[in-house]
Amino acid sequence: MPVITYRQALNDTLGEELARDPNVLLMGEEIGVFQGSYRITEGLLQEFGPKRVVDTPIAEEGFVGLAVGAAMLGLRPVVEIMTINFILVAIDQVVNHASKIHYMFGGQVRVPLVIRTPSGGTGQLAATHSQSFENWFAYCPGLKVVAPSTPYDAKGLLRAAIRDDDPVMFIESLALYDTKGEVPEDDDYTVPIGVAEVKRQGTDVTVVSYSRMTAVAMQVAQRLEGEGISVEVVDLRSLRPLDRPTIIASVKKTNRAVVIAEDWYSYGVTAEIAATIQDEAFDYLDAPVRRVAGLEVPLPYAKELSAASKPSANSLIYAIRKVLEGKKK
Amino acid sequence: MAKVEDTQRSALERENPDDLRHYYYQMLLLRRFEERTSEMYVKAKIGGYCHLNLGEEATIVGLMAALTPDDYIFTNYREHGYIIARGVPPGPVMAELFGKETGVSGGRGGSMHLFDAKTHFMGGYAIVGGQVPLAVGAAYALKYQGKPGVVVAQMGDGTTNIGAFYESLNLAKLWNLPVLFFIVNNGYGMGTSVEMGSSEPDLWKKGASFRIHGERIDGTDVLAVRDACRRLRARAEQEGEPAILDVVSFRFRGHSVIDADRYRDPEFVRSGREKHDPVRNFAALLHDHDIVDDDWLKAMTDRVEKEVQEAIDFANASPDPRFEDMYVNMYATPVPNIPGPEDAIREVKINRGEL
Ligand SMILES: Cc1ncc(C[n+]2csc(CCOP(=O)(O)OP(=O)(O)O)c2C)c(N)n1
Repeated sequence: MPVITYRQALNDTLGEELARDPNVLLMGEEIGVFQGSYRITEGLLQEFGPKRVVDTPIAEEGFVGLAVGAAMLGLRPVVEIMTINFILVAIDQVVNHASKIHYMFGGQVRVPLVIRTPSGGTGQLAATHSQSFENWFAYCPGLKVVAPSTPYDAKGLLRAAIRDDDPVMFIESLALYDTKGEVPEDDDYTVPIGVAEVKRQGTDVTVVSYSRMTAVAMQVAQRLEGEGISVEVVDLRSLRPLDRPTIIASVKKTNRAVVIAEDWYSYGVTAEIAATIQDEAFDYLDAPVRRVAGLEVPLPYAKELSAASKPSANSLIYAIRKVLEGKKK
Repeated sequence: MAKVEDTQRSALERENPDDLRHYYYQMLLLRRFEERTSEMYVKAKIGGYCHLNLGEEATIVGLMAALTPDDYIFTNYREHGYIIARGVPPGPVMAELFGKETGVSGGRGGSMHLFDAKTHFMGGYAIVGGQVPLAVGAAYALKYQGKPGVVVAQMGDGTTNIGAFYESLNLAKLWNLPVLFFIVNNGYGMGTSVEMGSSEPDLWKKGASFRIHGERIDGTDVLAVRDACRRLRARAEQEGEPAILDVVSFRFRGHSVIDADRYRDPEFVRSGREKHDPVRNFAALLHDHDIVDDDWLKAMTDRVEKEVQEAIDFANASPDPRFEDMYVNMYATPVPNIPGPEDAIREVKINRGEL
């Protein structure tokens, strides 16, 4: 199977979906002439022209709302928000409009919209440019929220999202764009929305994560294998709907769990997963669930401070050792 | 004076009298629907917030007379009259206000969230300004797909102060979209007058820096509204020229049914209702020009009374939505790991103390 980057997987998928369905169009700031702030849309304006690849002015509320309205009439807009931080000025259109319209109007109209945006922090981007807000959207019934961790999933989930008739938040990660993985060619597969995947089998502890933190968890699992610690990695892939049965099945098997996510500790994704585990697998737990999350500060700029405020492989290893304390070999 | 009378007479003579009678019927229907809605609210048949179109009948009927079946309408939450004038029978509208399964939104939306796909009534929206980018997006879709028609973005005067409005103006003109920004200027957003809220109180000028043409229209004159809408609609459709219509009308009551309207001088309200009643003024006009007579007017009153009563009866007799349907229409494309009817039933039973 060919090995390609996460970026390439996204770029290929956008091109294929544009070619497949004339109602699919891309919109966003700097996605055409500029070729995309992170080059996800590179070459697509040249290939598909300005009707299909639309450069917008800096007006997130306006063009996200426009995309919602266009979707209501049958277009399938795929909107790029440069980074998730900027979607806050459009959140009314996502939360009060896109997510409500199908249900609130008695199912009379659909909103087949995808909003793609990278989340999380990397490269000293500091407080306003390093946040993780996917939990804000995952909180909202009516939206679907996906966050792939590999090029394979990026492709399969983006296809599924574009072909889905509901508004989908498609969460990417700046730090994953250059990561590589196997992606089959000439295979029109999709990855189902709402379904997690056990990315690595293990017996001692379950690590639950998504997006970049799944990549971290996979590395950690590899490393700890050498020490005789067997880590099972559950990659959520979708935050809404949340595949609770897969999480619970894994925890029932390993009896221990660590949850890791980049967002802030309080009220974050890790809290939701930990609560799910205590709700549905309390009797199976041999240790309290541990959570690894971002430090609760506006992310500082200084290099070392910045790195130290996001969860790391070391913080995950520490948490895994903690939940394994007292476990008989 | 005689001259004005003559022009008016000849203008009216050019009209199809059946159209004129129909406008009157529609305006009277909206008037009576809203008066009875207010009654039903007081009787607690209707919950939530409830905003009436009383005083805005000519604005609504004039707009609808100018539109074609190809067109789409997005409005704010003060929209009972719009969906009815667009052709949805009053029964399912009243049923929605009552929260019934037979309501236009299946009882899931309520007064502020009416919708009817068939007539392209694309919804009432209750976040101020939220409907405006949506309408621009619908216009974008029409243009993209090469379809005929225009989109109306209806809003109140207060809405012209929110950011979404300005981003919408820019996009509409930048991309030459067939959209009409239809501002119902009833002088107030809740208790805030236009002068208190807008540094430019001539709302029709607000498109100037976007190169969008604007006009002020007498919203109590159904023919003036219709004619302006027709003209600007044609330009929007044929030339992709968006326009702002600043349609001045008079809000008969408070902001919503429960608003005591303490911020407006009672004398101002009384004389406004006296002077600017579009329904009564139109009846007088038609009567003066021998287009209708007393018997006809009486017959209309009876007909409308009956229709609105039937709407109330329909709403009363309609079933409530079922608990097991709580999650129906959560998603358009099925997806695993979401709650279903059994979950709904269990949760509802617990909630109601039945488990
Ligand atoms: C974003 C937002 N802010 C505040 C409100 C509360 N609110 C509801 S209606 C309204 C006044 C709107 O006035 P206007 O646009 O003139 O419309 P009208 O009620 O006169 O039809 C306000 C402030 C809201 N619904 N949404």
